[in-house]
Amino acid sequence: MKEKYVEIIREYKRESLLDVLHALQEVDGYVTSEAIEELAEEFGSTPARIYESASFYSMIRFAPPSEVTIQICHSAPCHVAGAVEVIHALEDELGIRMGETTSDGKYKLEYVECLGQCQDSPCLLVNGILHTRIDPEKGRELVRKGGVRL
Amino acid sequence: MIREMRIVLRNAGKINPASIDDYISAGGYKALKKARTMDRKDLIGMLERSGNLRGRGGAGFNTGSKWGSAFQAEGPEKYVICNADEGEPGTYKDRIIMENDPHTVIEGILICAYAIGAKDCYIYCRGEYRDINALLKLAIMQAREKGLCDDVEIRVASGAGSYVCGEETALIESLEGKRGEPRLKPPFPTVAGFRRKPTVVNNVETFASVPVIVEKGADWFRAIGSLNYPGTKLICLSGDVVHRGSIEVPTNVTIRDIVYGFGGGIQDGRAIKTVQVGGSSCGFISPEHLDISVDFESMRKIGGALGSGAVMVVDDNHNIVDILVSISEFFAHESCGKCAPCREGTLRVAELVKRVADGEGIQADLEQIRTLADHMSRSCFCALGQSATTAISSAMSLFPNDFQSKLKAQEV
Repeated sequence: MKEKYVEIIREYKRESLLDVLHALQEVDGYVTSEAIEELAEEFGSTPARIYESASFYSMIRFAPPSEVTIQICHSAPCHVAGAVEVIHALEDELGIRMGETTSDGKYKLEYVECLGQCQDSPCLLVNGILHTRIDPEKGRELVRKGGVRL
Repeated sequence: MIREMRIVLRNAGKINPASIDDYISAGGYKALKKARTMDRKDLIGMLERSGNLRGRGGAGFNTGSKWGSAFQAEGPEKYVICNADEGEPGTYKDRIIMENDPHTVIEGILICAYAIGAKDCYIYCRGEYRDINALLKLAIMQAREKGLCDDVEIRVASGAGSYVCGEETALIESLEGKRGEPRLKPPFPTVAGFRRKPTVVNNVETFASVPVIVEKGADWFRAIGSLNYPGTKLICLSGDVVHRGSIEVPTNVTIRDIVYGFGGGIQDGRAIKTVQVGGSSCGFISPEHLDISVDFESMRKIGGALGSGAVMVVDDNHNIVDILVSISEFFAHESCGKCAPCREGTLRVAELVKRVADGEGIQADLEQIRTLADHMSRSCFCALGQSATTAISSAMSLFPNDFQSKLKAQEV
């Protein structure tokens, strides 16, 4: 894995640290501690410094994601358009509350802040894929189909 | 009746955004060529005095003054940064611009680079806009192949889900590979910005306005819209309107025109309760102020703000406190933690608002919210904390009954 990390780091280094982190996250689904060590090496820094920066950003993960991560926009425009009802439907369908993971580890429900799609709110992301104009029924259907695109 | 006026979005829907040839056929990059024949001071003066182009990101600072300050700054190493970290809830105008016409943004950036003498430019694009990130990179490559970049380099850097990075100094910190915590100003970025060198940071919409002004002249631009905030503004409609969407209008168009003319009025034939203009960091306005035009000064006169140009319409079916829950939780989540008033204040305000919304609040909670809002607006380090309670304060004065009706029965 080390070679892969180094290759990615060198490719994206000229852009910014965050671009490197995004690219590393693509490899394993999260940023591993080995990747952080390589980053520190390549950037002439320490793992603690790299983690200090990286952990500031909500899109950067340090643990493997669930198979299906549903992130629901929680901002005011989605709220006004009925996000609360969608949240209740998803919680009900999965038997978990926001922030929790199903007992089989497959589904995770979490909030995300404004996705910049407020013309088509409420909206949510399933494994990073955008779904817009979600109502409670569409939300339930999404879960029943295992999070695939509607 | 509302009339749309497309300056920034002049090519939207008419050209293929992934084709530089389309953009050039539509007159693109002429302004850049013209600008490069102009004296730098004249170019900056055109935007500053005659054009009076003011920043479209929310602060409304005179673009020419900003460029002038970076131009005058000492040293050969200067930077241009395009702030595409659009994160204000209810705002999606920069996305609309970039996905429809990335080259107009790039042309604006290149004109700025020439004006201030910068060789390195960055577009800091929010992490959620991955497709746009790729489109921008493609557009930059095309511009480079056509020889339009000259010796100027433009890079696209990605954000990663942090609202505060929309604040220019936090953005710079983030671009430097650090936590996105704001810096103390002054020094302003035009004096000591990226890598502590003179840096212009402008919003996407601001850069996208530049080529047309250079091409058609300052007098033409100044004649559009309101006197103190000329030109057009992209407005993002959301909430309880029939037609949600983005529209570009001259800045003398009123909120009523936008909500009823473009938005088609309130959904399901309900009555309007309030409108939040500028996003979650700005206040709610009373329906009696709907005839205010969407320019910076007019909004300020009524105690509001134009902000990013987001217009969220709320109908009379909502209790405002429920909406404040998501707004206050947003700020609690996005506070960077650098200063205590914001880190602790946003958290406590969110707790109190939630308690009131859940019917568990008492009168003293409302007093506590007021006190915290007052302290935070005066003592938070940056605009995030200072404006985190603006919406709450405005809601408390506009809709006191919404709060009272939520209090525990025995406490009323």
